[in-house]
Parts: sequence; structure tokens; C-alpha cells
Amino acid sequence: MSMGAAAGFNVLWLQSGGCGGCSMSLLCADTTDFHGQLRDAGIDLLWHPSLSIESGHELSTMLDRIADGRLRLDALCIEGSLLRGPHGSGRFHVLAGTGIPMIHWVSRLAARARHVVAVGSCAAWGGVTAGGDNPTDACGLQFEDDRRGGLLGADFRSESGLPVINIAGCPTHPSWVIDTLMALAAESFTAGDLDQLGRPRFYADQLVHHGCTRNEYYEFKASAEKPSDLGCMMEHMGCKGTQVHADCNTRLWNGEGSCTRGGYACVACTEPGFQEPGHPFQQTPKLAGIPIGLPTDMPKAWFVALASLSKSATPRRVKLNAVADHLVVTPAVRKTRLK
Amino acid sequence: MTRLLVGPFNRVEGDLEVTLDIADGRVTSARVNAPMYRGFEQILRGKNPHDALVYVPRICGICSVSQSVASARALADLGGLEMPPNGQHATNVILATENLADHLTHFYLFFMPDFTRPVYASRAWHAEAERRFAPQTGEQTRAAIAARQRWFTLLGTLAGKWPHTQSIEPGGSTRPIEAAERVRLLSRVREFRAFLERQLFAAPLEKVSSIASEAELWAWHAQDPWRGDFRLFLSMVKDAALERLGPGPGRYLSYGAYPQPDGGFELGGGVWHAQRAVLSRLDEAAIREDATHAWLADSAAPRHPLDGLTLPDADKPDAYTWNKAPRLAGEVVETGAIARQLASAQPLVRDAVARHGGTVYTRVLARLIELARVVPMMERWLQQLQSGESYCVPSPHFTEGVGVGLSEAARGSLGHWIVAIRGQIANYQIVAPTTWNFSPRDAAGTPGALEQALEGAPVQEGELTPVAVQHIVRSFDPCMVCTVH
Repeated sequence: MSMGAAAGFNVLWLQSGGCGGCSMSLLCADTTDFHGQLRDAGIDLLWHPSLSIESGHELSTMLDRIADGRLRLDALCIEGSLLRGPHGSGRFHVLAGTGIPMIHWVSRLAARARHVVAVGSCAAWGGVTAGGDNPTDACGLQFEDDRRGGLLGADFRSESGLPVINIAGCPTHPSWVIDTLMALAAESFTAGDLDQLGRPRFYADQLVHHGCTRNEYYEFKASAEKPSDLGCMMEHMGCKGTQVHADCNTRLWNGEGSCTRGGYACVACTEPGFQEPGHPFQQTPKLAGIPIGLPTDMPKAWFVALASLSKSATPRRVKLNAVADHLVVTPAVRKTRLK
Repeated sequence: MTRLLVGPFNRVEGDLEVTLDIADGRVTSARVNAPMYRGFEQILRGKNPHDALVYVPRICGICSVSQSVASARALADLGGLEMPPNGQHATNVILATENLADHLTHFYLFFMPDFTRPVYASRAWHAEAERRFAPQTGEQTRAAIAARQRWFTLLGTLAGKWPHTQSIEPGGSTRPIEAAERVRLLSRVREFRAFLERQLFAAPLEKVSSIASEAELWAWHAQDPWRGDFRLFLSMVKDAALERLGPGPGRYLSYGAYPQPDGGFELGGGVWHAQRAVLSRLDEAAIREDATHAWLADSAAPRHPLDGLTLPDADKPDAYTWNKAPRLAGEVVETGAIARQLASAQPLVRDAVARHGGTVYTRVLARLIELARVVPMMERWLQQLQSGESYCVPSPHFTEGVGVGLSEAARGSLGHWIVAIRGQIANYQIVAPTTWNFSPRDAAGTPGALEQALEGAPVQEGELTPVAVQHIVRSFDPCMVCTVH
């Protein structure tokens, strides 16, 4: 435990208008020694709400030292959205024991931080907390949905010159966080490693569709019709995996999971505004029977042509299994050698 | 008299501030503030009822599955749905995985680190506590995080991901389990069992859960007082007088946990009245939420959740928290593992509560006993999954009506109430376990469960964040984000 020795890469982690799920997800990082892994990467966790002993006065003293520049801060990690309401006062979240709204603490500390990291979609865009008519006037650190701005403003750059790094996801994947912090600590992370929404490209240059175990069903448009069906969920069940930037089906969750492997649709939780899709989450919006949200990079006419062709060529096995919750037809075993 | 403002309060889920009045080295009065509000009940209005299953897990990252289960039950009630047995068992395994992970996280990461504080430096067990439970470096802390990570791989298979799974539906689970997967899942449960049996209990789970009285417990403890983390904790109980610290209101609420296909519960519910040692049936209709001291629009009289109202009013005089004050037939109740163990007639917990009341010691004891009791149940539910049988029935289009979903999260009774009109959510109200435990005063001025438990807590000279207060607060394992939604 350190109160801020000079050597390591100092990380301060604070939570605001979120659920704590990104912290809980972080502890599921794929390692046999969570703290050992951080330490080996030179990361020194100054304070984390779930993992640190310091309470009350001990923490407020530390925050004052950072804000005054007496304690170096290499990465300020914020989890949860920033609650600006009511009426711009920030009183929907006052940092306990200090009487000061969290948005003011975050602005003060961000001005001292070498890097500012938004952990999860709430801190990145506002997230689910900004859903409905956004009763708390929630926003992200540097975005409000897909509009630049947020709490810190479109032009904000941390001391390193980088904008806020948006490790979006609801929750975010533990490896996305660990990889980002390790790259920052190793000084190997540059502006070129961010996509146009400020997300680390190592996961945002992938689509959820990549590696989806339902891809054979997708190829033939053999579609699930109800929860627990095995078929592709794009056509009827609201799945956005072909449009959503994340590597969930190649870098799995909790050992071997992903939303689509769990039997439910990708709701686009790494994308700005996912909390208000404009349609029921479990239904695919369509125009003249064709899904509106077509796969990224695919011309509509081609999609329609290919879909009708592949549907007419769907093997019986794929067609029947798509609407069952277990294999009803298994792949044929041929007597001949494969050629 | 002096007044002390304690916060930020960490190693709880979410944000918490406590105001203490102190005289003669004791807390004379406490006010508990949940200083953050997000407004899920407002966000849910106007949505398609089924969409609640995407929003509600996001209320809380530590008990997201509990929120899903309560919501799915409310929708099932609204739509008159029943799960097939496979769906019931899979849902129970998913919920139990989260609940037991919460107990493990609470014990190793949230509760025990306070015993490494310098205030205990003179105690015989202090060096050992530091070696085992120091945050970030403690041997057992690190082992527990590793065990927790492996444990949650169960949900990679069963639920796609954790937290914020959407595999839980009103009609069952969206993730059917094949025969080979079931065997792998069982081996993961056994891995966790091995951690508990080697590290936490240093004894077989069945041995621990069969301890029937305090006399038997302390005799077993005396055989090897520091062996295993449970017995080291018991050693601290006596030395730090944790059996007298933080007495609750003496009434305990459980909705019943882990429903079975035959309609019963693995851990039956009810209201346990400690003074009379009587279990009475829960009357859900007798729940009211009082908003007198919350920064929420007052609705003249306390309301049943189906008729509940949640509208922020940040300038309300005499309010001091975003949390409402739920009461059961007008009374303050405590909820949590202790209530489930009392309601389900666990003999050791009933004996311990009869002797000491609901205190720091008995709350933690109940949580650890629950770990020992539920793991074997999970093994049984997994064995009862039937290959080739259905896991889920589809939901209808929810249009009109009301639904009530009651569940047990790790930290206690969780209820969701939904009113649907013309295919939209007209009202959605959530009463979380910490809403009960950390409620403020009601209109009659009666303090909530934690506020009562803090009265009388010792405060040592010069303490700004009194260690006894920290033990009491954390013994409830509060989840503030659930409380303020």
C-alpha cells in the first residue's frame, strides 16, 4: 500500500454516477495475482474505492495533496457519469465528507493528471445514467453521447497532450482497462492508438460480430425468433453485433462468455447513446421487412441480395437449429474422406 | 457533545456519509446519508416493460444479477409466466454465484482490512491479520481475488458475462447448458468449494453448516483458534467485543431465497422477531416507503411501492439523504444473510442471535454460514439440469397490469414493482436491501436500522473515522448504488 511514493505510475480511481460495475468487472481480470500484475507493470494504485484501506479524512487529505500538486497523479480513472444536476449545481453527487460536488473534484484533479481515463460508457458518454430524459443531467468526461464536450470540454487535453481516453463498455472489459493502464505506464500509448471517439483501438477496431459463434446462422440468415434460440439474433432479436466496435467475441468475458454466446443480443454498450436506441432492445427495427441497422461497411442492395440468396440456400440443419435451444440436427458424418 | 462527519466511506458499494453526534466517547445519534442520486425509476418510465431487463442490472455492478432476477419476476408476475425447471435451476445457480461472490468479496476485501489498522497494533492477532488481510498485499486477500475470478467463470458460460448479464428472462434463462458443460461447471463449483474448505473454513463445508449451537462453535474454534480465516475472525470477535457491537432493531425480513420448481424455497422467508423468537409470514401489502427525510418530493403519506413516487427535491428542508425509509407495517426491519438464516431456521445463527442480537459478529457469521450452506445446493441444482429440455419460455407482449418481483440479494430483500399501461412502464419502483438497512428517520422520527445500530458505538480519543463505526457500517455490507438507484 502506498500513499504515493515517487517511483511508480500513480493511479487514482474515483466513482461517480455509475454502478461500480466496471470496478467489479476489473477484479475479474484474467490473472492469478491481480495486485501482483499491477505491481509488475509499475502501477501504483494510490486509492480505489473497493480496494483501499483509507477512509474519510485519510482520503480527503490525499485528494487535497493531489489537487495542490504535492502528490503526482499519472492517471485519473473516473468510473460513472458526471452528474451536473440539479440546475448545474452538481448536488446529485456530493463527495461524502467534503461537501463538494463530485464534478468539481473531477475538474480540479483532471487539471493535475498526466492522463485522464474514462472507465466505462458512463464516464465516456453518460451511459445508462443519461437514459430517459436524463433526470440528473449526466454526461461523460469529454462527450455527451456522441457530441464532444461533456464535463471537461471538447478542447480538454491532459498534461500528456492526449484527450480523455474512453475505455467504453457497460461494464468495460477488465482486459481493456489493464491493457490501457499498462501501455500508459510503459509510455507506449499515443494519440494514434485512439479511434475517433477516443477509444483504445486495440479493442475498438474490432466488431462484436468477429468470432461470434452464431456466424454460420448469420451467413444463411437463419434467425432466432425467441430468447434461448440458437440462431442469429440480428434479424429479429435486436442484435447490433455487426455494427458495434468491440472484441467481445474474440477476447471473451469471464473465461468463456460474451453476450451473443450467452443467448442475448448485443445492445451496443461500447457505443455512445446505446441507452436510448429508439426501439425496444430485443426487437430489430425494420423497413419493408429489412433491418434498418445493416452491417457496418455493407451496401444495402448487396445485403438484400445476399440475404435472399443465402436464405434460399439454408441447409435444413441450420434452419431447424436456429429456432431451437439445443441442436436438433447435428452435422452429417460422411463416410468418405474429406477432400 | 461533538459532531463528526464521516466520509468518504469506502469498501462499501457506492457512496456513503455518516453524521455522528458523540458524547462521553459514545455515539448518541447517527444520520446516514446516501449522497448520490441517479434516477432509474424516472429513467424507466415510458419504456417497453421488457426493456427493464437491460436497464435494471445497471443499477448495480456488485449485485446486477439480483436486480435482473427481481425484474424478471416482476415481469413474470405481470405476464403470468412460469419458468421451466431448467430455467429455474440455471437462474438460481447464476444468482447464487453472484451472492456468494459478494459474501467472499465482503469478507476479504471490504470487512477484514479494518483489523489491520494501527489502532489494533497491540493485539495478539494483529500481525497475522496484516499478513492475511492487508489491502493489496495480504496473502489471503490476493488468494480471494484469484478465487473470485475463477468463480465468475461460471457466469461466462451460464450468463454470457458478469456483471450486467441479460441471460435472465421472465421465462427462464437464454443460455441452455449441454451435458459436457454441466460437468465443467460442476468442476468449477468444486474448485471454489476447495478454496473455502482450505482457506476460509479449514474444514468441510458440511462440517461448518452442521454446527448447531454457539457452544459447539466455540469448542470447535478452541481446537485451533487461528486455523483458517473464519476461526481467526472468531478470535477477533471475542478480543474486540464484536458480539456486542452494532445491535440492530431485532426484526428481520427475508422474501425467501432460491425458489424451486415445486413452489418452495431453498431458504424460506418471513419476518423473524428476535425478542419473541417467532417467525411470521411476510405481508407484502404492508410495505410502505416514507420520504419525509429524503430529498424527494413528499407525497403526504408513506406509499406502497405500486403507488410509489420518486421525484428529486434537492432543497427540501429536514431532508438529509437520497434514500427513502421503507417500513413493514410501520416497523423498522433489518435484512440480509442474517435474516435468511434466521427465517430458514439455521440453528447456529438462531442461537447466536438469541444470545447477542443482530450485531457485527452475527451478521458476518450468518454470511459465512450461508457460503457453506449454498455451495452444496448449487452442486445439486446443476445436477438437476436436464439435457434437451427447455430453458426458457418466450415472453408475451406486456401491455397492462401490475407485477411484483421479490428476490434475495446477498445483502438482503430486494423488491421490484411495475405498473404497465398501454405497453409502457407507467411506474417502476425498487426497494433495495440497503434501502431498508440504511433508511433515514421516518415521519415519526424513528431512525433506520443502521442509525439504530450506530447508537452507543464507542469512539476513541482523536478518532476522525471511528473504527467501531467502520465495523458496524460494513457489517451490513451496504450497497449504496442500489439504494439510490
